[in-house]
Amino acid sequence: MDAAAVPLLRLEAVSKRYGGVRALEKANLVVEAGQVHAILGENGAGKSTLIKIVAGVVEPDEGSMHLEGREARFARPADASAAGIACIFQELSLIPDLSVSDNIAIANPPQRFGVIDRRRQRQIAEEALARAGANDIHPLELVKDLPLSRRQIVEIAKSLARNPRILILDEATSALTAADVAKVFTVLKRLRSEGLALLYISHRMQEIAEIADQCTVFRNGRNVATYRAGSKSDQEVVEMMIGREYRHAFPPKLAAGNADKPPVIEVRNLSWLRRLRNISLSARAGEVVGLGGLDGQGQRELLLALFGVLSGVTGETLIDGKRVAIKSPRMAKSRRIGMALIPEDRKTEGLMLPMSVRDNLSFAGIDRLSRAGVIDRSAERAAVDDMIRLLAIRTDGTEIPVGSLSGGNQQKVVIAKWLALSPRILLLNDPTRGIDVGTKQELYQLLRKLADSGAAIIFYSTDYDELVGCCDKVLVLYDGAVKRVLTGEEITERALIASALNIETQQREAGLSPAIPT
Amino acid sequence: MKEWRYKLAECRGALIALAVFLLLFAIYGSNHPAGFTLNVVTTAANKGVLLALVAMAQTLVVITAGIDLSVGMIFVLTNCVASAIVVGSPWMTIFGVIGVLATGLLCGAINGAIVIFGRLQPIVATIATGAVYFGIALWLRPQPAGSDIFNSDLADAFTGKLAGVVPSSLVALLGVVLLIWIPFRRSAVGRDAYAVGSAELAAYMSGVSVRRAKFVAYTLAGLLSAIGGLFLAFITYSGEASAASGGNYTLFSIAAVVLGGVSLFGGVGSAIGAIFGALIFRTVGDLLFVFNLDPLYQPLFQGVVLFLAVCLGSVRLFQVRNRLDLFG
Repeated sequence: MDAAAVPLLRLEAVSKRYGGVRALEKANLVVEAGQVHAILGENGAGKSTLIKIVAGVVEPDEGSMHLEGREARFARPADASAAGIACIFQELSLIPDLSVSDNIAIANPPQRFGVIDRRRQRQIAEEALARAGANDIHPLELVKDLPLSRRQIVEIAKSLARNPRILILDEATSALTAADVAKVFTVLKRLRSEGLALLYISHRMQEIAEIADQCTVFRNGRNVATYRAGSKSDQEVVEMMIGREYRHAFPPKLAAGNADKPPVIEVRNLSWLRRLRNISLSARAGEVVGLGGLDGQGQRELLLALFGVLSGVTGETLIDGKRVAIKSPRMAKSRRIGMALIPEDRKTEGLMLPMSVRDNLSFAGIDRLSRAGVIDRSAERAAVDDMIRLLAIRTDGTEIPVGSLSGGNQQKVVIAKWLALSPRILLLNDPTRGIDVGTKQELYQLLRKLADSGAAIIFYSTDYDELVGCCDKVLVLYDGAVKRVLTGEEITERALIASALNIETQQREAGLSPAIPT
Repeated sequence: MKEWRYKLAECRGALIALAVFLLLFAIYGSNHPAGFTLNVVTTAANKGVLLALVAMAQTLVVITAGIDLSVGMIFVLTNCVASAIVVGSPWMTIFGVIGVLATGLLCGAINGAIVIFGRLQPIVATIATGAVYFGIALWLRPQPAGSDIFNSDLADAFTGKLAGVVPSSLVALLGVVLLIWIPFRRSAVGRDAYAVGSAELAAYMSGVSVRRAKFVAYTLAGLLSAIGGLFLAFITYSGEASAASGGNYTLFSIAAVVLGGVSLFGGVGSAIGAIFGALIFRTVGDLLFVFNLDPLYQPLFQGVVLFLAVCLGSVRLFQVRNRLDLFG
């Protein structure tokens, strides 16, 4: 490294593993002052981990980080903050019941005689809001009374109040309206001219094209390319993001035979608050329907809406062609509807960790294993043994707490528990996250077996490889709406990534068709 | 123009509680057999201040989204301690008062430490410590008793009338507000307590010292309960380890904070509101007395008021759109 041009931030061969999963593998990154540096990559490419390391949320296993040429190590977010790194995370870090000015000055309030100097704090808040281009937000307003897009701007103002040298924006614009994005960009451009370095993570390619100076593409935890913004076409960018190293063996897909069967479940124009917009989908018996797109585009909410967890959902749901209103998970799992949801967070929503394997397995089907409210022990034992065999759950008997099993086996218990109901409609929310490769294979086989025996499966996965390998049809969600439906041969990793990023890779010329259908 | 609206919104809960209290107290005073006299007000004030102090203690903890079920027991324990050591010469008395307050601080600090480092739920931790505090109180005062050399001059000064016109207990309460509540409310650690109660994770991510905020809240709650216990000794000249009294004060303190506009979910409300909540609760009980209702109904009536108050506090749960949030 040339002494004359020491970059503001340099990461060298940084690695991070979570359990057996490697999130970052010898990643390098160089960020210059006065530039906007965009980070691109698909789900699980290592973007989030990279940011967390820079922001001091996690410590790397290997490698080093240099700030202006000096090695830096952050044990806590506060250390990174003190070094001039401010981070705006996707999840808001604002306190809803406090005022805007309280929030802006929360980490380091101005004090006088041991109490907060409110006048000075207000001044700081007003300056920060002005810097963030939001003079219209009153500093005394409570954050909970602000709409989401305004809160995001307060979040930006809050990080500016710390006078950072490096500002990290992780999907910071995803909740903003176009007008607000334009305002934020004006601010970001000014900050850049003031000499700040900005690390910008977004899935909106148009935004990256507008604001970024440098781009780095991540794939499988490695930085695969760094280029000047604008020097590559969208097509080339997608090419760089593709390419997983692990290929799984997937069971053969649905024979085209039952394409004429009526759908078991059909949803028309489903909407919820502003998070789900006019979603229509259908699934036949034997069909595996995938939900794709970048993480957090409404896939999880869609599954919850189908399962009756959300209130205020509009649109219609048809089961076997008949309109039903599913009002609760209890109703969803009733015999008439026969729906089951394998939740994303098995530790809180799927399992009762301290209870035994047997209790967990028989819980969802307890009504069917009891007579007049009393559990039939022998029927329960037989059912539990069946499931353990069917899913090859590796456990030391049925009485040990489920929390002592491995992650993969815990997930099998979650799935087995719902299979006890022999559901006709199976919803899965990213079921293979954090699971070893072997168990994944078993799950793929199991999914197909269930489909072949007549279940309709709706399957959300953050792993594109999985969607390609398992699904007969994939709906790609973007911002709470279905942006594209891919069927059969159309389901490729390239098509999935392109539609997830909401860009057209077909030979359509820009201008002939709008990139975002409205 | 908009400025005053935000400031008003900040103390809306306390203002509503004040209005309700004034209304109830006017009804009470005008129906009192002895008439609306200064003596009636002073007696009501002395009783009200006891609960107000314990309710202030409860407020501090509730703001952090916790709950302190030991406030009533700390109140009883410090009452017994005060009856034994606030005695003799002025100097001895001063040390006695310091001893009582230190006892409360210690009890509160123990609660805080258990909640922070033991990571126990506040409800379990404080119910257990409360049992211990009561046990110590009973050991100190197996029978209700006072000391022959209890400093009754000091006691009378706090329970009488200042300059013959103002109940001195109210002045003392004002002093507590100015010396403890206002500095806490305005300090960084106080604001951190609100932040922790409102959104603990967001507070942590913002670099707030969650532990310090909770510790200070529990410790000051102990101190405020102790001031209440001291005051009880001033009124009765004695100490009594009464389990019923400890339990009641804990329960009533919860009713008082809710009536005073403090959210049991944390992050919202003020001790000023809780003071008026306590006064409302006391006045409601006294109304039964002036309308000649059987005192046997009083616990039932207070129970219903507490129940309604708690229901009022959970209204916002009906607005939840994602039912999973109900379990968060």
